[in-house]
Amino acid sequence: MAKKFSHEAIEKNSILLLLLTLVVVAIGGLVEIVPTFLIKSTIEDVEGVRPYSPLELAGRNIYLREGCYTCHSQMIRSLRSEVERYGHYSLAAESKYDHPFQWGSKRTGPDLARVGGKYSDEWHRLHMADPRAVVPESVMPGYPFLASTPLDYRNTSKGLSALAMAGVPYAQENIENARADLEAQATPDADTEGLMQRYPKAVARDFDGNPAMISELDALVAYLQMLGTLVDFNAYENADFKQ
Amino acid sequence: MAVSGAPGSNLPGTMTSSAWAVAGSLIAGTVLSIIIAAKAQDAPMAAHAWLFAFAFAAGVMALGQRHLNATTHGGAREDDGTGYNDGVVKAGAIATLFWGVAGFLVGVVIAFQLAFPFLNLDTAITNFGRLRPLHTSAVIFAFGGNALIATSFYVVQRTCRTRLAGDVAPWFVFWGYNLFIVVAATGYLMGVSQAREYAEPEWYADLWLTLVWVVYLLVFLATLAKRKEPHIYVANWFYLAFIVTIAMLHIGNNLAIPESLTSSKSYALFPGVQDALIQWWYGHNAVGFFLTAGFLGMMYYFVPKRAERPVYSYRLSIVHFWSLIFLYIWAGPHHLHFTALPDWAQTLGMTFSIMLWMPSWGGMINGLMTLSGAWDKLRTDPVIRMLVVSVAFYGMSTFEGPVMSVKAVNSLSHYTDWTIGHVHSGALGWVGFVSFGAIYCLIPWLWKRERLYSLALVSWHFWIATIGIVLYITAMWVSGILQGLMWRAYDAQGFLEYSFAETVAAMHPFYVIRALGGVLFLVGALIMVYNCWMTIKGRVRESEPLPAPAPAGAMPQPAE
Repeated sequence: MAKKFSHEAIEKNSILLLLLTLVVVAIGGLVEIVPTFLIKSTIEDVEGVRPYSPLELAGRNIYLREGCYTCHSQMIRSLRSEVERYGHYSLAAESKYDHPFQWGSKRTGPDLARVGGKYSDEWHRLHMADPRAVVPESVMPGYPFLASTPLDYRNTSKGLSALAMAGVPYAQENIENARADLEAQATPDADTEGLMQRYPKAVARDFDGNPAMISELDALVAYLQMLGTLVDFNAYENADFKQ
Repeated sequence: MAVSGAPGSNLPGTMTSSAWAVAGSLIAGTVLSIIIAAKAQDAPMAAHAWLFAFAFAAGVMALGQRHLNATTHGGAREDDGTGYNDGVVKAGAIATLFWGVAGFLVGVVIAFQLAFPFLNLDTAITNFGRLRPLHTSAVIFAFGGNALIATSFYVVQRTCRTRLAGDVAPWFVFWGYNLFIVVAATGYLMGVSQAREYAEPEWYADLWLTLVWVVYLLVFLATLAKRKEPHIYVANWFYLAFIVTIAMLHIGNNLAIPESLTSSKSYALFPGVQDALIQWWYGHNAVGFFLTAGFLGMMYYFVPKRAERPVYSYRLSIVHFWSLIFLYIWAGPHHLHFTALPDWAQTLGMTFSIMLWMPSWGGMINGLMTLSGAWDKLRTDPVIRMLVVSVAFYGMSTFEGPVMSVKAVNSLSHYTDWTIGHVHSGALGWVGFVSFGAIYCLIPWLWKRERLYSLALVSWHFWIATIGIVLYITAMWVSGILQGLMWRAYDAQGFLEYSFAETVAAMHPFYVIRALGGVLFLVGALIMVYNCWMTIKGRVRESEPLPAPAPAGAMPQPAE
């Protein structure tokens, strides 16, 4: 008691205890999180990264809905064995339009950051219907209902608006054309000029092999097939990333 | 909606002005929910709006019923003369048992799905991706959360020697929290998810939880404020830190923009790197404050109480409290080693994770050494055995955690089952056992029984569950390290030796062992439910070989 400070003061004052606790637990988060918004080098600009097209976004939302992140990562670490298995390590810019991020924490199945273009649409169709038909060792659940469920895209433009509010550079034009762009990307021989101009490198085709309907499988395969395909690493390999 | 004042001269249980305010808010909530249900953009939103509407309406009816009962009986029945509000603690204890069994059962189901994938049944609501959040939320938030609410309400009353603040407010916290659980769980099955680990519930469930949590904080603080003891007991420091930090983390991590106010879908406010960092700032501290600080509060009351010994060191509890809560918050980035998160943040996260070992073991030592002079009770009292082993598991998993946060180790362990094993040594061993121990103490105390129905059954529960945990975590060590090594194995020509599919096939036997470990843990919990049920009914098992410890209700408070 004779000392200048005694812990008793805190123990006898619930508000003081509360406030000190709040201060002590706030520090770590502030020091770590705030600089990632302020330091520019946190996310270096990379050519090719663009916001998701409406169909890809719808596919991504199915990926979120089904909890794919519980078994698949989308983050190739900067380790030799990972780069050799999955491709170039993931760059911060490649997920800069991801709300939420989907880096994952567990690989019961393989990493999907660069799965785009690795397999054919046909393979994805078979794999989603019955994973063990194409990979006998797989423990993945089957998702046969995706092919038979029509995609609900009534609110696509609302999704783009919400993302625009969060800072994704969707222009008014993108939001107004969201529905048309979604249909154009999933329909063979559609007029895709506007789509391609708004979403460079977007691939338009009938992803689920059923031209009669835009299904949830169309959206999901469109999303999987574009993962990791936006950045042309050959253009960079010998310049920027060589240190 | 805030903490209601003292009932004044009214009969306990009758409508006060604050109860009227709650009823009015509930009626407004019912109307709002019906409007949202009518305008809902999607089926899950409509279902949940109806659920809220029915829950609010039921709340209004319960208030009315309570008033009528109180007027006819001259006071609420829940007042048993102790002066404490134990009705809500009893409800919390039963909810803990219920959700525990539900959560362990879903865990067993998904463990078998990984071993035998046909069990996914290939339908939308039964696949692993939707059931896994159901499991994690049921065990962490439903089982763990109800255990924390129940014990914190019990402990704060005893250690402050005062009745829980608020009249309707504690019940609002209990029912509101469990409504959140039901909304979250049914949401996952319908495909409503933010796809953020341990924070899957969508924006409207998050808003509801925020409201409930603020009332929880106010009830707890108001009870501390009217305490009749000069000091705030150490268990309450931990409970308070748990409540206030979870509020901060929950709000920070769930900032999102809904598609519309009648849609169940939202988009996270922050993207990519920042979102990842915020998620693991939340995710790791859900472990640090929900599963650690809160349960340390439990340990600081129930271990000394059951052992009838004072806490080992007052000074150690001060040092370990402040250092634990300060250091934990920094550790999140160790979930993001070698990713696109800036290197400085990764290194900072690793450094603080290693430092965290010290306060963690400070807490373990303080808990274990409390048994000084009472070690013989380990032999005679299986409840003490459970509590002590929980602290031992706490020590083990808080040693393993810093090891895994080291970048070199993490490069092997990350993305593998080692992480799953680590989590479960903490979850089953520490959180599970300390909660079981607390429940075994609470049930006879709350229902005024001389002792549990059977201590032998506690012993059975203890051994079956312990064997289950050992099977679980050893299987996950082997499978995790094996898979990590297979992913990085090179053949003589310098190529990767194994395809991914080969590493999946190698996991099969360990997934079967893990599932069996889970079954044992579930069986133990079912034995506990039976034992508690018989205790509540007032039965005592005949030919009980173990001596019963003295009833703890009349004992002095744990020394400070």
